[in-house]
Amino acid sequence: MTKTAVQLRGVSKHFGSVTAVKDVSLTIRDGEFFSLLGPSGCGKTTTLRLIAGFELPDKGEVFIGDELQGEKPPYKRPVNTVFQNYALFPHMRVGENVAFGLQMRNVPKDETRRRVSEALEMVQLPGMESRKPDQLSGGQQQRVALARALVNEPKVLLLDEPLGALDMKLRKAMQLELKNLQERVGITFIYVTHDQEEALTMSDRIAVMKGGRIHQVDEPQRVYERPMNRFVADFIGDTNFLVGVVKAAGRGTATVTVDGELTLRLPVERIPGPSEEVTIAIRPEKISLHGEPPQGPGVPGIVEEVIYVGTETHYIVRVTQKTTMFIREQNVNPHTDVTFPQGTRVHLGWQPEAARVLTGKE
Amino acid sequence: MATRPESRRERVRMAVLLSPSAFWLTVFFLAPLVLVFAISFGQRGTYGGVEWILSLQSYRRFLDSLYLRIFARTIAIALATTVICLLIGYPLAYFMATRPPRWRNVLVLLLMVPFWTNFLIRTYAWLFILRDQGLINMLWTGPVHQVLVRAARALPFAGLGAFADATIAPLQLFGTDGAIIVGLVYGWLPDMVLPCYASIERLDFSLVEAGQDLYANRLQSFLRVIVPLTLPGIVAGSVLVFIPSLGAYVTPDLLGGAKSIMIGNVIYSQFMSARDYPFGSAVSFVLMTVMLVGTLIYFRSGRD
Repeated sequence: MTKTAVQLRGVSKHFGSVTAVKDVSLTIRDGEFFSLLGPSGCGKTTTLRLIAGFELPDKGEVFIGDELQGEKPPYKRPVNTVFQNYALFPHMRVGENVAFGLQMRNVPKDETRRRVSEALEMVQLPGMESRKPDQLSGGQQQRVALARALVNEPKVLLLDEPLGALDMKLRKAMQLELKNLQERVGITFIYVTHDQEEALTMSDRIAVMKGGRIHQVDEPQRVYERPMNRFVADFIGDTNFLVGVVKAAGRGTATVTVDGELTLRLPVERIPGPSEEVTIAIRPEKISLHGEPPQGPGVPGIVEEVIYVGTETHYIVRVTQKTTMFIREQNVNPHTDVTFPQGTRVHLGWQPEAARVLTGKE
Repeated sequence: MATRPESRRERVRMAVLLSPSAFWLTVFFLAPLVLVFAISFGQRGTYGGVEWILSLQSYRRFLDSLYLRIFARTIAIALATTVICLLIGYPLAYFMATRPPRWRNVLVLLLMVPFWTNFLIRTYAWLFILRDQGLINMLWTGPVHQVLVRAARALPFAGLGAFADATIAPLQLFGTDGAIIVGLVYGWLPDMVLPCYASIERLDFSLVEAGQDLYANRLQSFLRVIVPLTLPGIVAGSVLVFIPSLGAYVTPDLLGGAKSIMIGNVIYSQFMSARDYPFGSAVSFVLMTVMLVGTLIYFRSGRD
């Protein structure tokens, strides 16, 4: 049985009249790379701060390991944080920054020196002890912040959008490096980000948050392929939404009418009631274009726009008076002609499982 | 590289722009200073005034134990004032700087309000608080005395009776070094609070959180993170309090009575009553040198 690293039970936090976190329950496993993903103001950073002890919950309980944290201050919790702006002490050298946590816990001098140099080696900044933080680049500061936290060998490392300030290229490189580092040290990482791609790339599991609540906790693949609701489907990746009304339902399928023009038979996980409004979500890369009606599910339409972007060609196809769909086709063949120019009648097809029927308001 | 005519024009413009302040400083600061410096090496005339005989007599006289004692006492009073201002002012500044932004300006304004009243009047007010028939002693010999007398009668503690007896006589507050320090602290507190406030307000509190995240308790994160990062404010505030305290004249004159005087009063009396300009000038120069050297050392120690 895997052990629990962090557990939240029914945690809520208000700031004045604003509810930052609403009845959040979460179990994060030992050794996991766990991401809190959501738009700004969704409560992800507050959740992290509740674990770190910078905020105390109004309701609910926070456990680290098996231990209830209660009102323990941050300096008594076995976690360390990598802050968004790194928060390196500007008046201390790199070595002093990294040694800070060990000094506060009265680790002997020799051991401190050894562990500091090991930590700096681990983040590929060997021998940088005597530099000042302002002499380092953003990426290097980031690594120092990481070393300063990891040198303490915490049970859990909390990371608050640590790559937010870096440029695109460095970010990609750091994503892989962070993931490798996490696998090497085996420490549980709780990673806050608003960047869905980052979360998908690095995480073992992702919690998607909005409005202080958790909408879905799943592996990256499941969050992307099997979003629980419209918000999750919309926030992560691109999605076509077709709003329809249930005509008939039963035995794992439902018949849905879209804009009174299209009728689709779709597999469903939960059988919706008659006349219930549902949203059909289909990822643009899962749709293919055909000249003739394909086998399996699909709808006819007229090509409105063709956008060539090199690796892919994007199509916007009108399927009803009110609705258009967005399709991504990989440019596999080295042909130069567009197969379906603007104005062409086409048929859109997809695998039966590619269309998700989402019920509920969100 | 700028071309020759342009750089000359630049220089001319610079000279024109700087000339008013250069003129001001030369005529009203530098020239008097040179004069004072020159006078300090002269000799007192029989009926006051200066006789221009080069002599170190005034400086030699300063080494007299009487003046050295006053000077040492002045430094001690100024140091005590600075330390007390820091102990009161820093927490106050911290409190102000950590209020919500809309409250901060109000608090700064409230800090300044008493200082719209003339300094002399405010210092004089302390006289009415500290003197033998003043506010504190009225309470001391009045209600405090009565309560203690009654308590001594009711309760069988031996010490209480002695304590009650002690409250018959007024406390000697006025005319002491303590009274001077109270007046100076009161007078210069905002000069400590404002620079501290400015540096605390600019402090990035995520650094304090980082400290606490790295196992520093409240005291440790205060000493290791907050103090070093707000040191510029502490240094500036201390200098702003120490320098005027060292040269204080009005406060010791009003609150020190006849018994407690500072070096500022010595300088005053040399110029105004003793009419010994050379000695007054020499003391002024010694004081200035001490201020300058002290400030330089202090600033240097504040830097890394």
